Amino acid sequence: MTTPDLLIVENLVKRYDGLLATDDLSLTVRQGELHAIIGPNGAGKTTLIKQLTGEIRSDAGRVIFAGQNLKRVSEPGRSHIGLARSFQITSLFQNFTVLENVCLAVQAHSGHSFRFWKKINNDTNLTEPALTILQHMGLEQRAHTVTSSLSHGEQRQLEIAVALATKPKLLLLDEPMAGMSKEDSETLIEHLLELKNRYTILLIEHDMDAVFSLADRISVLVYGRAIATGTPDEIRNNEDVRQAYLGEEA
Amino acid sequence: MSLSSRQVINAALLVFLAALPFLTDWVGDSFYTGLVARILILAIAALSLNLLIGYGGMVSFGHAAYIGIGAYVVGIGAFHAFEDGIDWMLNGYVQLVAAILGSAVIALIIGAISLRTRGVYFIMITMAFSQMLYFTAVGVETYGADDGLSIYSRSDMLGLIDLNEEKSLYYLIYVSLLIVLYLMHRLVGSAFGNVIRGSKSNEARMRAIGFSPYKYRLTAFVIAGAIAGYAGFLMANLNDFVSPDVMHWTRSGDLIIMILLGGMASLFGPLYGALAFLMLEELLSSIPLTVGGLRVGEYWQLLFGPLLILVVLYARNGVDSFLPGARKGS
Amino acid sequence: MNWLLLLEQILNGFQLGLLLFLLAAGLTLVFGIMDMVNLAHGSLYMMGAYFCATFTGWTGSFLLGALLTLPAVFLLGIIVEVVALRTLYARDHLDQVMATFGLILFFNEATRLIWGPIGLVIPLPDFLNQTVEIIPGAPYPAFRLAIIIVGFLIAGLLYLIVSRTKLGMLIRAGASNREMIGALGIDIRLLFTLVFGLGAALAGLAGLMAGPILSVEIGMGEGILILTLVVIVIGGIGSIKGAFIAAILIGLIDTVGRSFLPEILDLILPSQTAATAAPAISSMMIYLLMALVLAIKPQGLFPPKGVGR
Repeated sequence: MTTPDLLIVENLVKRYDGLLATDDLSLTVRQGELHAIIGPNGAGKTTLIKQLTGEIRSDAGRVIFAGQNLKRVSEPGRSHIGLARSFQITSLFQNFTVLENVCLAVQAHSGHSFRFWKKINNDTNLTEPALTILQHMGLEQRAHTVTSSLSHGEQRQLEIAVALATKPKLLLLDEPMAGMSKEDSETLIEHLLELKNRYTILLIEHDMDAVFSLADRISVLVYGRAIATGTPDEIRNNEDVRQAYLGEEA
Repeated sequence: MSLSSRQVINAALLVFLAALPFLTDWVGDSFYTGLVARILILAIAALSLNLLIGYGGMVSFGHAAYIGIGAYVVGIGAFHAFEDGIDWMLNGYVQLVAAILGSAVIALIIGAISLRTRGVYFIMITMAFSQMLYFTAVGVETYGADDGLSIYSRSDMLGLIDLNEEKSLYYLIYVSLLIVLYLMHRLVGSAFGNVIRGSKSNEARMRAIGFSPYKYRLTAFVIAGAIAGYAGFLMANLNDFVSPDVMHWTRSGDLIIMILLGGMASLFGPLYGALAFLMLEELLSSIPLTVGGLRVGEYWQLLFGPLLILVVLYARNGVDSFLPGARKGS
Repeated sequence: MNWLLLLEQILNGFQLGLLLFLLAAGLTLVFGIMDMVNLAHGSLYMMGAYFCATFTGWTGSFLLGALLTLPAVFLLGIIVEVVALRTLYARDHLDQVMATFGLILFFNEATRLIWGPIGLVIPLPDFLNQTVEIIPGAPYPAFRLAIIIVGFLIAGLLYLIVSRTKLGMLIRAGASNREMIGALGIDIRLLFTLVFGLGAALAGLAGLMAGPILSVEIGMGEGILILTLVVIVIGGIGSIKGAFIAAILIGLIDTVGRSFLPEILDLILPSQTAATAAPAISSMMIYLLMALVLAIKPQGLFPPKGVGR
């Protein structure tokens, strides 16, 4: 039995000044899987994420998400149909508290915000779901801390919490472990193992231990192309991958 | 619920402002009522601009234009009532609605174009648009061009309130300030305010979580313009005069100075800033010191300019940082 | 339509455009390279005019006065940069706007203190204070012609500096990618100071040339500053080429528009309405042009590459 594809990327292209950052890239993410993308620096991983979220426009190819062609869907629009991302370089509301960060994401998905009068910060329609998510990510103790005074590891966890608050169908995680200490990474891997049961995830990550312990399938990106896709075992034993990528690191 | 010492200071200021006309009666010098009334009007305009700059991160450098629109509505109304006998144009409520709607519509047009740009472009395009309105006013001979319009009769509020009575006008301005303060308080704490503040803090993240900041920013721009237009309505009635000078880009600069002097991070900041700005002007220009036959006070901007630079460099949160319970950092 | 008048107005348009270009060139570089808003650029223009008036008085020669003015304004620019502006590069635009606004107040007041509230006159030497007939039957003031020639020469010189020299290479690199010049191991502070001084000298040159035909007075830099900002915004911040094209465009539209708009309006409107509306509309035209350009291209006509923000 095959599960349906939630995300289909077909022949995607992105050029910067004649340089191909994404070169005729195709891949699929199945409903319910954790699909990891690995590749050396400059392979075009973050460019791909930006094309998927609509932050940058693709030069050719198409992206189909939950049966819908995303060509004409704006970046905020894509969030509303269930695409959520975390940023490689932490991108939070630094002067807001942890809870306010998550609440704002919940608010974005609770109808329009042309509401000018009613106080928002004690609105339980926002705080309840937000606190639940913070609990899941182990941040409930820090709910009322201003974000800029969180540790790096905590900020990385909050990155994911904010993405979760948009009730996504697909989570795009862009190097969630970037810059983390060994212990912080291990905590985060545990969180991801748990999230994996509830969400479809596209994970970009440099930490090979994390990737091989978490992923159902892995795609290897080199110079903007997917040179191989398969289970962790298949990728480990793939000749092309060994030569192009793993070989260099081993 | 106990009040913080900051709230006590704010409340004391409001009580003092409420009592001011009677205090000046007692002293027997009503000059200060007029001065403070002017300060309060500018504070209303600065409060509205702070929604854009302080909370929304939109450095609009043309806010005085909306004051000008509101003021010209009163001026033009009085002009036609006086010259052509069109009485309804003196009706204060008609003028009020026209001042608010007129400035809102112009803000909508200017904002719709300007908000497509970012950063320096936004600063300069808002400044340029306000200069366009300034030159338009300078170019219209009918309404006095450069020389402006004298307003021979103030807005007729149909007996509800008599604006020719200085105390009534002062209290209209004072109550307007209270209303705008409360309005801002609600606005900033609302769902809408959350989006405005979030868009200042991190626009990329806002888009990623599903907000399109443009329409919210434009709404804030229109609200701020409408309030400034109302301030203009009050200003024209207080001064009995309107000229293109109220819209000059340096007047917009003054409003930003007030926000900066008062501290952007707080609700009351623009009020303190407006007070500080005009008090500084009064103080510096009355320095009695004479150097080499020149009275220092006459050249007060020679001191004010560098002072402004020092505030920018070393006292970023203005008056606000000297009040108890000030937030540290930005 | 009066063709000789049109020709004269076109020349005047070029003359205004080239003055604007001299101001815009320095300002757009400061914007582009240092990401710095400098409202006090108009003050340097004013100082150019006042210095030149003073030096001309001392030396008795306009040309000598002008020659002395350039290094003086260059130096003044460097002093302003080192004393006040240097610390502002890392600040946000709001801080820069406010601090340089403070500088304007300071310069205006200092000028009033030193030179008094009444404007000055810069006397021209005889050979500039006459008319020449470029086309028979159409006398044109020699000084205005000289402004046009100097303007074009400076534009050409700037083009050569920016496109051919190492300084120019750094300037271009800086406008499109600020981090890169740092990575090249260049003393950025020195580069910034030099560029600022150069921009100041150009503003001073514009001021000293405008002085004899407009008037040397306090606040003369503020009106033209706004025009210069419009030029920069239309041209694209950081682009010398954009500044040049936009400056000429604005100069022509403003000058030619002002003299011919009444006639044009007369064709489509009742003459009474046309006469009333013309002055207001002609002063709005360049802003409408700016609005149009920005509505279509929010980064201006020629945004330097890599400026994606």
